[in-house]
Amino acid sequence: MARIADAFAAVQASGRPGLVAYVTAGDPNLDRSAEILMTLGANGADVLEVGVPFSDPLADGPVIQRASERALKSGTTLRKTLEMIRRRRPQIAAPIVLFTYANPIVRMGEAAFACAAADAGIDGVLVLDLPVEEAGSFRQRLVDADMDPIFLLSPTTTDERIRQSAELGRGFLYVISRLGVTGARDRVAADAEPLVRRIRAHSDLPLALGFGISRPEHVVEIGRWADAAVVGSALVNVIAEHGASSDLIDRVGAYTRWLKGLS
Amino acid sequence: MTEFAPVFGARDPDARGYYGPYGGRFVPETLVAPVEELTAAYFRAREDEAFRRELMGLLRDYVGRPTPLYEARRLSASLGGARILLKREDLAHTGAHKINNALGQALLAARMGKRRIVAETGAGQHGVATATACALLGLDCHVYMGAEDMTRQSLNVFRMRLLGAEVIEVNAGARTLKDAINEAMRDWVTNVTTTYYLLGSVLGPHPYPLMVREFQSVIGNEARAQCLAQFGRLPDAIVACVGGGSNAMGIFDAFVADTGTRLVGVEAGGRGIRSGDHAARFAGGSAGVLQGTRSYILQDDDGNVELTHSISAGLDYAAVGPEHAWLRDIGRAEYTWIDDKDALAGFQRLAREEGILPALESSHAVAHACRLAPSMPRESLLLINLSGRGDKDVLSIQEALR
Repeated sequence: MARIADAFAAVQASGRPGLVAYVTAGDPNLDRSAEILMTLGANGADVLEVGVPFSDPLADGPVIQRASERALKSGTTLRKTLEMIRRRRPQIAAPIVLFTYANPIVRMGEAAFACAAADAGIDGVLVLDLPVEEAGSFRQRLVDADMDPIFLLSPTTTDERIRQSAELGRGFLYVISRLGVTGARDRVAADAEPLVRRIRAHSDLPLALGFGISRPEHVVEIGRWADAAVVGSALVNVIAEHGASSDLIDRVGAYTRWLKGLS
Repeated sequence: MTEFAPVFGARDPDARGYYGPYGGRFVPETLVAPVEELTAAYFRAREDEAFRRELMGLLRDYVGRPTPLYEARRLSASLGGARILLKREDLAHTGAHKINNALGQALLAARMGKRRIVAETGAGQHGVATATACALLGLDCHVYMGAEDMTRQSLNVFRMRLLGAEVIEVNAGARTLKDAINEAMRDWVTNVTTTYYLLGSVLGPHPYPLMVREFQSVIGNEARAQCLAQFGRLPDAIVACVGGGSNAMGIFDAFVADTGTRLVGVEAGGRGIRSGDHAARFAGGSAGVLQGTRSYILQDDDGNVELTHSISAGLDYAAVGPEHAWLRDIGRAEYTWIDDKDALAGFQRLAREEGILPALESSHAVAHACRLAPSMPRESLLLINLSGRGDKDVLSIQEALR
């Protein structure tokens, strides 16, 4: 099972820019999240990133902080998120990457988590506050359970650490386009392209660029020099605005097609 | 007089910043390189005679160190047990031990060429100390503070602004210290090329727990020498309050090898040990990862961090410094808690029997010492780290006593 590698191979074959779509699980509630994930996959998202809500999301900007608060208020936990994905997995073709802070996994136990995540059909796991130096045993558990450990690289990452992450990472590398927290911006960071080229010198893994991506022009631009763009806060904004409305799913679908350039 | 200096390089964690299974560097990728750069700069600075001399000069002439070791005779007599000694950090410039660390780190920031400083504060004492150090060194100071703490420590908010700092209100979560740290870290990750994060306790990613403990180790180093000089022997027990745990680590450090001296940390029992009502991590917590370090934290079954409560803003925090967790595991230090009511009683007792208004944080240590002293022999020595003075707390105490 190599859904992530297959998805990036398909992106490359299509000649279109890849799209990784992030949503916070449980925002506005887990049933809606399941529908949202199916809609994202059906409307052009190549990889789905599912955020686990956490009480202290210190790497996130206000939009995802609020989403995390709404999700926690709706009773969402790591276990319930995995359970929702396990039940809906057969209806979703796209690879699913879990995007989380370390503590929910630490609390659950690395072994119990790896078992439950593999059982749910999770394809990759990205832990925001678990740099390669701290990831040793956890990375091995993921690999043993046939899931991809995904590492982040940032403008501050040294070449030595890029090499290390490229060697230990699987599936793809997540490139943080700018210093700071998550959040939609008007333009792609000017330093992003040289950063991607710097990483390319050390790795053949697909590169997905995130932080600040909000428009189809960004996706096209990034597609010229990276494999995929990650859209998070901008999509979460759509859910925040229309979460209670009956046409939420249609809006998410339309927004995804717009980002992917399909509309 | 080397005994009146901070102790550097005597008890380092391992190369990855671990104290047993606690500590480490659980930070977002963007902060890894800056934290490595900070570690290298700190290790160079602490070896540098010029840096140490500059810090020593400020500790002596600006902070007013050494702070006295004072025997509280009336309190000792009324308790009828051990002789109570107070390490008077309340007499340090700005009114608490926090200045020892703020000056050390501000000097380091200037040395690293970072002129913009961000800090978090709970009770406001670390914020005031940072604002003070920045005013002294001409650095640009931004302090994040929870809205709830800004209300209960309004005097300190005003003091920081008088010192030229910008105080930024944080409205996330319970609007206290933890939320202020999240926001300070978000600022740091965004402005990391120009900005130094001046963390106020023995928390966060390596090297902060080590660096803050070493800057605070001047407390214990002085107290140990003073105790030997004034009483001819070491104390039998030391009691200190523990929020993040910087004043406690600062005084414990010099005594870790003196196994005849009991080391006792006092956490905030708040309204009692029920979820959301206290901040006693060792009484109600478990191992976890929060804000860059692995330690004991108050969390639910799903790994979300629980709300905390304490009458004292400086102890109202969900995690404890990793080295405390380690000292507890190996049995070198013990930890207990004092609730809001007893802390207030400790405050009043020290006020009436010694003419000293302790900070509400330090009042927890006073209250526990009042419990401990009667069970100890009359000639034994019980040392309290009086980490700060209570002027900042008089309004909330007035409220609580109403």
